[in-house]
Amino acid sequence: MDTNHADHHISHQFDHELADIRTKVLTMGSLVEQQIHWAINAFLTGDIELAEQVIKHDVQVNQMESDIDQECIGVIALRQPAAFDLRMLIAVIKILTEIERQGDLAKDIARMAIHLASDSGRVDAYHELHHLSDMVNVMLHQVFDSFARQDIAILAKMAGQDENLKLEYKSIVRLLISRMLEQPRNMTRTLDIMWVAKALEKIGDHACNIGEHIIYMVTGNDVRHIGETNTGFCHSCAHLLELDKEYYLCQLKDAVLTPSEVEKSCPDYEKKL
Amino acid sequence: MTTEPTRTHAIDMSSIGRDMQKNNLENEETCIEVKNLNLFYGAKQALFGVNMKMPKKKVTAYIGPSGCGKSTLLRCINRMNDLVDDVKIDGEILLDGANIYAKSVNVADLRRRVGMVFQKPNPFPKTIYENVAYGLRIQGINEKRILDEVVEKSLRGAALWDEMKDRLQDNALGMSGGQQQRLVIARAIAIEPEVILLDEPASALDPISTLKIEELINELKESYTIVIVTHNMQQAARVSDYTAFMYMGELIEFGNTNELFTNPTKKQTEDYITGRYG
Repeated sequence: MDTNHADHHISHQFDHELADIRTKVLTMGSLVEQQIHWAINAFLTGDIELAEQVIKHDVQVNQMESDIDQECIGVIALRQPAAFDLRMLIAVIKILTEIERQGDLAKDIARMAIHLASDSGRVDAYHELHHLSDMVNVMLHQVFDSFARQDIAILAKMAGQDENLKLEYKSIVRLLISRMLEQPRNMTRTLDIMWVAKALEKIGDHACNIGEHIIYMVTGNDVRHIGETNTGFCHSCAHLLELDKEYYLCQLKDAVLTPSEVEKSCPDYEKKL
Repeated sequence: MTTEPTRTHAIDMSSIGRDMQKNNLENEETCIEVKNLNLFYGAKQALFGVNMKMPKKKVTAYIGPSGCGKSTLLRCINRMNDLVDDVKIDGEILLDGANIYAKSVNVADLRRRVGMVFQKPNPFPKTIYENVAYGLRIQGINEKRILDEVVEKSLRGAALWDEMKDRLQDNALGMSGGQQQRLVIARAIAIEPEVILLDEPASALDPISTLKIEELINELKESYTIVIVTHNMQQAARVSDYTAFMYMGELIEFGNTNELFTNPTKKQTEDYITGRYG
């Protein structure tokens, strides 16, 4: 189906309300992107002032979550949206939760920055976290870009990035473990660094979830748990299927996931014909 | 001695996901099948090659902008269009497999099997009791015991019995609009049709009466196949199992209501249900 939803509603007011929600989600997204960026910078450079800024701004992120939520509920109650409009509002409500969680993680990183900087006064370079934070930044940028353009082709690039992010996190963990063995005296400190790495990895996870909500918004397909367990339900007969994970990942890359493809892998498919 | 703890209420894993089975037209038993139906009012064609299968004991809703042919299609199902001058119909409508446009069909019998309720309630200027009993009386049934029984059953079926049981001898025209509409439905179900056609049954009613009619439709589908035309999309979404979207005399999309309202396959459907310019 044509995925261009830019045509105007007969009610211009409805158009304005939806556009307003979209803009606010993007504003909130940029705010959290900045929060994460600042939090990491504060952590890497030991800038306590910047970290305090991050903690202060988190209130705004939370406020935006409640406000946009309220607006979505208002539109659902008053306009009875359908099809793409409905999917967009539902996706937005879920995306808000993910963004807010990312904001919380940024705040936690900022707290950790203050803790580590004031703890010993010594600032490590934390080189090992640079790469991880760059990866997270790119992912965040891609999901919000994809949301703004309603273009899921951008998300296809992300399919592999989540895996890479996990690999990167694992290698950081290995590095930090060997450091703990070498310098048991710095164990607490190293554990804190590990915690920050975990927070970054989680932010990446939330970015992936946002991507899944965007796929739902644009195509109407629920891809949340596909490939996770190698199982899924046939769309027409609810038969529990063993699915080929590789198959799904390549489907995601093409960003076309059609129910009929799932049905074909159902053992009852032949019977149903 | 230790015994293995046993779970007496193990969760039946096979039940998970069973509810996900969607209502699917292919799994339904067909009640009314429209086959390649074209309809002309004089030289003007109003329906263009409509094909659809309406499932038994389900609610099918027609939606679409004014003049798209939804009422025309509905009226074809009990041959109401025969009454219009200059109408030409080709194609078939099968009711339980038999073509209702076949020469041998008795139209009065057909309309006994396919009842219809209109936009404006049209009770007869008689008592409530006589309104409901009317269909039986013209069939020659006058036995009071049978009539009493049918009147009560029909009024109960139309969720009107409790309100009206002490007023059965009052004139039906003294009832409210919502009550009159339910009375008309009671009159329609008194003769036990197979199909009930509803042409905008709630458009002249207030919101509470509308909800009562919708609730009634939900109960009636246990026993009857229901086809409803409505301008109110939310109403179609609430009451129907399957929805057909029509545009300019053509059937654009027909499918599971839930699916059609959340993820329609055609751009025209999406534009209409979301209120965009087509």
